[in-house]
Amino acid sequence: MRHEKNSLKTRLIIFAALAILLVICSFFSEYLTPYDPYLQNLDIAKQAPTSAHPLGTDRYGRDMLSRVIAGSRTSISSTLLLVAVITAVGTAVGVICGWVGGWVDTVLMRISDVFLAFPGLVFALAVAGSLGGGLQNAIIALAAISWPKYARIARSQTLSQKETTWMKAVRLSGSGPVKMIFRHVLPNIMGPILVTAMLDIGTMMMELAALSFLGLGAKPPIPEWGSMMSDTRSLMTTSPWITFSPGIAIFISVMVFNLLGDTIRDYADPKSRR
Amino acid sequence: MKKYIGKRLLQLIPVLLGITFLSFAMMRAAGSDAIIELYGDKGAVAQEIIDAKRAELGLDRPFLVQYGAWLKGLLTGDMGISYVSGKNVFDTFVSKLPATLLLTVLSIVATVVISIPLGIWAAVKHDRFTDYFLRFFSFVGNSLPNFFVALLLMQLFSIRWKLLPVISNGTTVQSAILPTLTLAIAMSAKYMRQVRATVLEELNKDYVLGAKARGVRGSVTLWRSVLKSSMLTIITLLALSIGSLLGGTAIIESIFMWDGVGKLAVDSITMRDYPMIQAYVVWMAIIYVMVNLITDILYHVLDPRIRLGVQEG
Repeated sequence: MRHEKNSLKTRLIIFAALAILLVICSFFSEYLTPYDPYLQNLDIAKQAPTSAHPLGTDRYGRDMLSRVIAGSRTSISSTLLLVAVITAVGTAVGVICGWVGGWVDTVLMRISDVFLAFPGLVFALAVAGSLGGGLQNAIIALAAISWPKYARIARSQTLSQKETTWMKAVRLSGSGPVKMIFRHVLPNIMGPILVTAMLDIGTMMMELAALSFLGLGAKPPIPEWGSMMSDTRSLMTTSPWITFSPGIAIFISVMVFNLLGDTIRDYADPKSRR
Repeated sequence: MKKYIGKRLLQLIPVLLGITFLSFAMMRAAGSDAIIELYGDKGAVAQEIIDAKRAELGLDRPFLVQYGAWLKGLLTGDMGISYVSGKNVFDTFVSKLPATLLLTVLSIVATVVISIPLGIWAAVKHDRFTDYFLRFFSFVGNSLPNFFVALLLMQLFSIRWKLLPVISNGTTVQSAILPTLTLAIAMSAKYMRQVRATVLEELNKDYVLGAKARGVRGSVTLWRSVLKSSMLTIITLLALSIGSLLGGTAIIESIFMWDGVGKLAVDSITMRDYPMIQAYVVWMAIIYVMVNLITDILYHVLDPRIRLGVQEG
């Protein structure tokens, strides 16, 4: 048991380090690209991978490695922003529902029911469709379908916190509702919410890339992995490296965040470890 | 039981109203410039013509009146006319629905065939090589976006090995293979984990140990008792995953040019054909809610503990 705990800790450190490395790379991506990701040079268009261009070049002769690295900024930072938004909004709604109760709770929960009634990406497609494309709208679209899950978790956690004896003691000692929520409720309910958020990063990254792939997210020439893949689909027969290197970049990033999420969940909840 | 079904049906009303209202409001907000969409953004059309068209489309009436009228249309199958093709939106949607349902059913069958045996196998071989191996694949499958899988399969089967057509030529069995496989891979990866967890939980129960102590062979316990009691959960989880499948078909359909409602929706979004998007969103949500309701009721009917009113514990 002790041994297992230690190996879990090692895994946690390794995956967290990898994820942090990925995030840092994405933030400083402009300094890491060997070439300008927007620089076109038609003389070297559609080159297969060489030592000068390890991932080859696209149809405008832009260096693919530079574009994939530059794409990490768009993909990773917008995913993190998205997860932060849904966590914050969902938690706020959930805490209000759980704390206030009554008709506020009923109304907000019925609204979240409606959002949960739309299958998967269908509603996100509709939001992106009605707002028009663009990365910002894609984030709004995915946020619209994802917050109810967080609201539910926050609500049930708040409800159970509210009933604890020590919470009654806090109330008796004269704390106001604002102080009680921020000092006592939130710190106690953040655990499960953050675990859910960590587990969602990978999925959100894939869904954001999917919207971009459909042309409803980031638009070319902005380097974004999903749109880079759909943009270069026609070249798949002759130069598959152009299409597949952004795909592999998505796969690696999603995998790192999924590994981290799974490990954090196992760490936080030993029961789920099997 | 009847009381439960009644309660569920009653709960359905606000959800359905919410779905329809949200779909209507969203497309209405986006499509408020439907007239501009119709005539182009040139400003060459006289204001009188615009006003006349607005009145004709009913866009000059109060919002809630428009919603009411639209809701009535929804029930009678009259959801307006496509901005692009000029055809009845609902008829177009219905004509494309069978292709999507076929793809959905095929993917579910493929998922069941792939993931249930593998999930059970992983649970039985718990913490041994097979388990780790299968879990590794499930993990990889979970980290691959389905459009990436689609392009990868296309590259291998159609371009490199030339076994299957690159884009579907009608709804034939041959052109269904790759889209089905793509959807099934993503779903199996997720579902295999759930099957494994369910069977493992059942295997850890006391009666399994008891049967072992009494000398019942492991395979007998597995087939006669464990799987029998796990199946209910397994099937319920499968039915609940239909939702992500319904949403997921859109992107796969447009990659493989599969002529279903998903491709229709993506095309309509590109062309800003709001009535068409509206029909897609509303009907997909209604189908999803219905599937979930039926699953839930079936679960209650099939589970003897609930059916007979036995309390757990």
